[in-house]
Amino acid sequence: MKTIALFLVALAFAATAGASETQPTLAELEAEIICPTCQTTLDQSDAPIARRMKTFIAARIAAGDTKSEIKGQLVDQFGEAVLAAPPREGFNLLVWVLPPAGLVGGALVLGLLAWRWSRSGEPVAGPDPSEDPEIERRLDAELARFE
Amino acid sequence: MLGALKLGAQGLAVALVAGLLGLLVWKVATEERSAVPRALEQGRTLPAPEFALPRLDRAGELSLASLRGRAVVINFWASWCRPCEEEAPLLEQAWRRFRSQGLVVVGVDAQDFRGDARRFARENGMSYPIVHDGPGDTVAEYGVVGFPETFFVNRQGKVVGERITGAVDEEQLISNIELALG
Repeated sequence: MKTIALFLVALAFAATAGASETQPTLAELEAEIICPTCQTTLDQSDAPIARRMKTFIAARIAAGDTKSEIKGQLVDQFGEAVLAAPPREGFNLLVWVLPPAGLVGGALVLGLLAWRWSRSGEPVAGPDPSEDPEIERRLDAELARFE
Repeated sequence: MLGALKLGAQGLAVALVAGLLGLLVWKVATEERSAVPRALEQGRTLPAPEFALPRLDRAGELSLASLRGRAVVINFWASWCRPCEEEAPLLEQAWRRFRSQGLVVVGVDAQDFRGDARRFARENGMSYPIVHDGPGDTVAEYGVVGFPETFFVNRQGKVVGERITGAVDEEQLISNIELALG
């Protein structure tokens, strides 16, 4: 049952991603493209070139271009810096790979340290005071005083 | 053993924080700022930052180095800039008047759509060479803060005269061109 649910969720995500690629909306592209003069995403900018880029994007969406095609056309005009997130290829891959790798590495180191520290906290083996006849005798004497 | 491990982890954490702090200081200290505006304010000349950009008015590329021996007016503009429209006729006139004396006007269309820029150039009768800098790399190299902005380069390839921010006026334009022509 769980597997089926997971499969359905994955399918829903894949369908959304596919729709976003083939039928992008102006709003999502505005959040993924940087205005070259103000260095913020288009949805945050009202600069003349940002307004012009929004018009361009709307026209390309109306013409049926995919998200990748529209982004490609903008990169051709303004360079790669126009993309809010760098493409997942070449040197840019580091941006995508390093943060999760750092997280996993950090979690491993923390786990290792926690394991070491928990082991060092184990009680040290030594003589059990209850097995000492002298202590047992004194304990009995003390208890006898209260009886 | 445990103490050494703890000490090592603490040392690593401190080194990491110190490294990040160092990186921040280095980034702030070495952030690329153009030396051109400051040099001009102080009345100094310095070599004009080189560029080689695709031409907008025809096929091919134009490099500043290829214009050595001539005086150059570098005008940064964009089709969405209204003051750029005002000054375009003045730049065109200057280009026609001084080109026989060795002047080249170069329009650097930056942060703009090529199609819009070509239309703008056609509508404003700009016949001087125009290059396209979509990402605006030269904008940063010259320390341009807004469009239009104009610089003058002498025959030796050095930036001279005034840095004109906003639309040029005729008198200012001619006096700086004469200075660049030498």
